[in-house]
Amino acid sequence: MIEHLPALMIAVPLFGAFIAPLLKKKGSAPAVWAIIITTVTLGIGLLLVKEVLAQGMMVYVFGADRPTLVLPSGYRVPVRIIFEVDAIGAFMALSATLMSFIGALYSYSHVRNETGLEKYYALLLLLEVGILGMVLTGDLFNLFVFLEIAGIAGSALVGFRNYRGEASEAGIKYLIVSAVASLMVLFSIGLLYGQYGNLNMAYLSTQISFNTVDMIALGILFASFAMKCGSVPTHHWVPDAYTEVPSGINPTLLVATYASLYALFRVSFSLFGKVTMNMSSLGWIMSILGVLTMFIGVTMALVQKDVKRLMSYHAISQTGYMLLGVGVGLAVLNDPAKLAAFGRDAMAGGIFHIINHIIYKSLLLMTAGALFYVTGTRNLNEMGGLARKMPYTTIAFIVGAAAISGIPPFNGFASKFLIYETSYQLSPIFAVFAMVTSVLTLASFVKVFASAFLGPPVKKYEEVREVPRSMVVAMLILAALCILFGLFPNVVLDKLVYPAVDALLKLSSYQTWGGLP
Amino acid sequence: MTWIESLTLNSPSGFWNPIVWLAFLVVFAVIGYLIYSRGNRSYKPNTDQVKPFLSGNEVEDVEEIRVRAGDIYWGFIEALKGYYSVLMRMHTGDVRDYILWYLGLGAVILFVLVGGV
Repeated sequence: MIEHLPALMIAVPLFGAFIAPLLKKKGSAPAVWAIIITTVTLGIGLLLVKEVLAQGMMVYVFGADRPTLVLPSGYRVPVRIIFEVDAIGAFMALSATLMSFIGALYSYSHVRNETGLEKYYALLLLLEVGILGMVLTGDLFNLFVFLEIAGIAGSALVGFRNYRGEASEAGIKYLIVSAVASLMVLFSIGLLYGQYGNLNMAYLSTQISFNTVDMIALGILFASFAMKCGSVPTHHWVPDAYTEVPSGINPTLLVATYASLYALFRVSFSLFGKVTMNMSSLGWIMSILGVLTMFIGVTMALVQKDVKRLMSYHAISQTGYMLLGVGVGLAVLNDPAKLAAFGRDAMAGGIFHIINHIIYKSLLLMTAGALFYVTGTRNLNEMGGLARKMPYTTIAFIVGAAAISGIPPFNGFASKFLIYETSYQLSPIFAVFAMVTSVLTLASFVKVFASAFLGPPVKKYEEVREVPRSMVVAMLILAALCILFGLFPNVVLDKLVYPAVDALLKLSSYQTWGGLP
Repeated sequence: MTWIESLTLNSPSGFWNPIVWLAFLVVFAVIGYLIYSRGNRSYKPNTDQVKPFLSGNEVEDVEEIRVRAGDIYWGFIEALKGYYSVLMRMHTGDVRDYILWYLGLGAVILFVLVGGV
């Protein structure tokens, strides 16, 4: 059973996705079904993390007992579909399963009045399948396939409220951006396959020879995953998609975005990790993109009046911190002294920020969804005095806003603290931008708090009440996680984050079986 | 290693301990309460005393005089008008521009990697 965990991670939500449409016209059965499936997947995810942290990388081969089997012709390279789950993959998989569960729980009440819910939950589960496949696979072509699954499911969910023109427009934009990025990823895979005759990442990483074609493939992969993760200047699709998607999908869509960030890290550290010569410049590119992303994202957020759009621009801004943290690590990858002095900690800050951000941004987008649920508008100019009516949502918002602004002792502070200090070692200007961004982040959330929750009560909202219990529970779980991760950052860092960082840094252990003769 | 030390997050040039921070927060909260408790006792909630003051006139509708989101940070945005006009031109909402930005980014990265910058 334990050895089949990687396959079950995909099989269970895939099974759930195919069954969900059969529950049409059965009331809330699709929602309950999705909650059950995401709970089971979360359980499997926890077991997988436990196993990977205890036993090291898990290699799962579809259709064979072991990865080293050769073809009858004697062709001795890994040719089968293989899942390679190391600590960073397990970390991302846990994030995906947790957020899918939270999203399904929140959706139970949030989209209850919509039609086509069996399709909604089927797509939610398919999105989870796509993310999990991306973060667990050890095969480049499967990475493309799962990227496509996540992209198509995500775009259908973005356009789910198809009675809104904006939702349909955002869904089409997301689909086009995803398709272009995915096809360019496929093109790069073709370049690598043409040269080395294989698609397995561990095997390929032993073969990469750093020639011009390899560099073209790396450049295209880098740009494509940068666009999919919402890095400036290719971030424009993010506010459209995050604003229009139902808030219950926001957590899963966030993880889908960061699955692309994971793919960017995997390509940079594992696939091209053997060749270290140009990695320094790639690290600088990543860091500079990170700084631009955080600053442009936050300044655009400051001028928004739509609460979800404002928060969506913050999602872009926070991605910048992750790019900066890991970019600093990549920039000093060639220098063992600097890597030990601050590079590893910078990467820990960046990767820790992924899970922190997934938690607090999902929480904030859910509070925005709650505001929309009770007021029927996302326009901050039309809101006011809602703190008295929605006490739990207000508390959840304060916690989320404090966490995203990096106020201690919430979780955002712990990861930002590492990023500030380590990026300063590479270039003080990076740290200055990171801190200014945090100040502006706080400023824009003060704007939301002041205009939506404080102020005199607005007459048309006199009758509004707190959102339903399942939405409150989902928000409070995330708020509790913000506080717990902030109070005990070392526990998360030691158990999850540093093993994930080391999995990226220790290329030889990733290649253990990939270098077949 | 004590449990407090085990919660200390060390960085290359400093440390962070949330428990110590919380302890300080409690101390400052107590000091704040002591200051607050020595405040003016003539304050009476739910009386005319707490109504908004507007030159002696009755405030008819507080809803209409509230500060809306669009008004907050007006000065900041006005001061950075030049920066924001560039930023707004970047965000056209046209999906063809999205792809152009992607091509531009790809070209720069390829130039750095292949050109060996």
